[in-house]
Amino acid sequence: MSTIATVGVGKANKVQSRWLVGVKRLKNFGLLAVVLLLWQVASTYILDKTTAVLLPPPSAIARAGWEMIQTGELFAHLRDSLSRELVAFIWATSAIPLAIAMGWSKTINDQVDPLVEVLRPVPPLAWIPLSILWFGIGDVQNQFIIFLGMFFPILLNTIAGVKNIEPNIIRAAQCLGASQPRILRRIVLRAALPQIITGIRVGLGVGWMALVAAELVGANSGLGFLINDARTLLRTDIVIVGMITIGIVGLVIDRTIRIIGRRTMPWSRALAA
Amino acid sequence: MATLTATGVAKEFPGHSADDPSVLALRGVNFTVNHNEFCSVLGHSGCGKTTLLTLVAGFDEPTEGELLLDGKPIGKPGWERSMIFQDYALFHWLTVEDNIAFGLQMKNVAREKQKSIVNNYIHLVGLTGFEKRYPHQLSGGMRQRVSIARALAVEPQILLMDEPFAALDAQNRGLMQQEMLRIWQHARKTCLLVTHSIEEAIALSDRILVMTRRPGTIKADLYVDLPRPRDEDNPSVIALKKQIRDLIHNEFEIER
Repeated sequence: MSTIATVGVGKANKVQSRWLVGVKRLKNFGLLAVVLLLWQVASTYILDKTTAVLLPPPSAIARAGWEMIQTGELFAHLRDSLSRELVAFIWATSAIPLAIAMGWSKTINDQVDPLVEVLRPVPPLAWIPLSILWFGIGDVQNQFIIFLGMFFPILLNTIAGVKNIEPNIIRAAQCLGASQPRILRRIVLRAALPQIITGIRVGLGVGWMALVAAELVGANSGLGFLINDARTLLRTDIVIVGMITIGIVGLVIDRTIRIIGRRTMPWSRALAA
Repeated sequence: MATLTATGVAKEFPGHSADDPSVLALRGVNFTVNHNEFCSVLGHSGCGKTTLLTLVAGFDEPTEGELLLDGKPIGKPGWERSMIFQDYALFHWLTVEDNIAFGLQMKNVAREKQKSIVNNYIHLVGLTGFEKRYPHQLSGGMRQRVSIARALAVEPQILLMDEPFAALDAQNRGLMQQEMLRIWQHARKTCLLVTHSIEEAIALSDRILVMTRRPGTIKADLYVDLPRPRDEDNPSVIALKKQIRDLIHNEFEIER
């Protein structure tokens, strides 16, 4: 009904329908609001004082969050975490040329594949103890763990992307006179790009999880450090502020990559979904 | 000038085990396609006609024999032998005009000149107004028009076509055949078309090579000396169709 109504009518109706969509969206947060309300009531009135320390009410969390934003503390930790994620990501993009080489050359694939298959099932977190011994506590160790989390999703998705290219597309390029390097750059890389973007999305997500774990034990700053440090001081409000921030930032990263993918590759059906 | 000559061409695909023996796809193939001639290769599926086309394109090498284009042996794939594929094989991340310009970029044609050539071929294949569209926004027939323009834009010496209209519905197929004829008459080229459709071969060709079953070889070399467009009900067309059908049908009987 509403779609029929918006066809060919003026701006006013369009604005109204957008407003309606907004209201409808808002309805989806009903349960969340109820949970928050119950939580607030439980923490304030039902739990005794000692237990309430373990589960502070949403209002206290909001207060703590606001304070941390004002003092800049939250942003300082966020900045450190994001810069680690970014540095690790730059290193992890090395998976793209490697995967293209593997998808393109059987020899390279045969040599690299066993190595990948052995390393891939080891969770990034299992590397934490060894990496602390190698790099000590701090940025490099964190970046290494995040890098491991990102590397394999990007690698595997890119390999799949290259292998899925229709052979006739390569042939078409060949008989239009494209040389091997040009085919790799202008055909293989471009045709595999949607899957590479998917790999990057998954990789950034896994990396973000690995980041928090790495910072829990091996950092002096960052969101993971923040929540672990607050735990030792029993500042559960700060812990939860940190957790919420981690969640929101993870979501924003994921959405941003998706939007960039869709905007830059309108031809991709894989990214349109 | 562009004359294609095949002498004693054979192609064997090596097997890998006793269960997977080697396959002789082509044997003793001899023919010549003359300059600006539209030549069709007609045969059952699996007779090796597509294999023959991949050899001419340079995607693969013959096991025996020689393929010459204007007296020079055919080497790696290149723009002088551009190809139109059944599944269009368009670069789906490029717009119509960028698809057509791709080969020109590979040839390092000057940018200004690229533009005029692209516009010229877009006009020729009837895609004016669709320059900025992506392939997924086009119908099958329009995609094949892009593919034709892309293959012609590089000005190949010979145009290769692998069942180019087989993926289209019957109406569109007929329409695209007429279009192909119109385009070919405007941009005269040596053409080698592989098809299993007798009607398509008769509608388009100056010459029809009928192939045997595997291992494929040329069974008959027919000249179609009829004015175009060729009416299906024309007695000569009907006679030719019957002649070719018998040739192909006999082949089937022998096989059994």
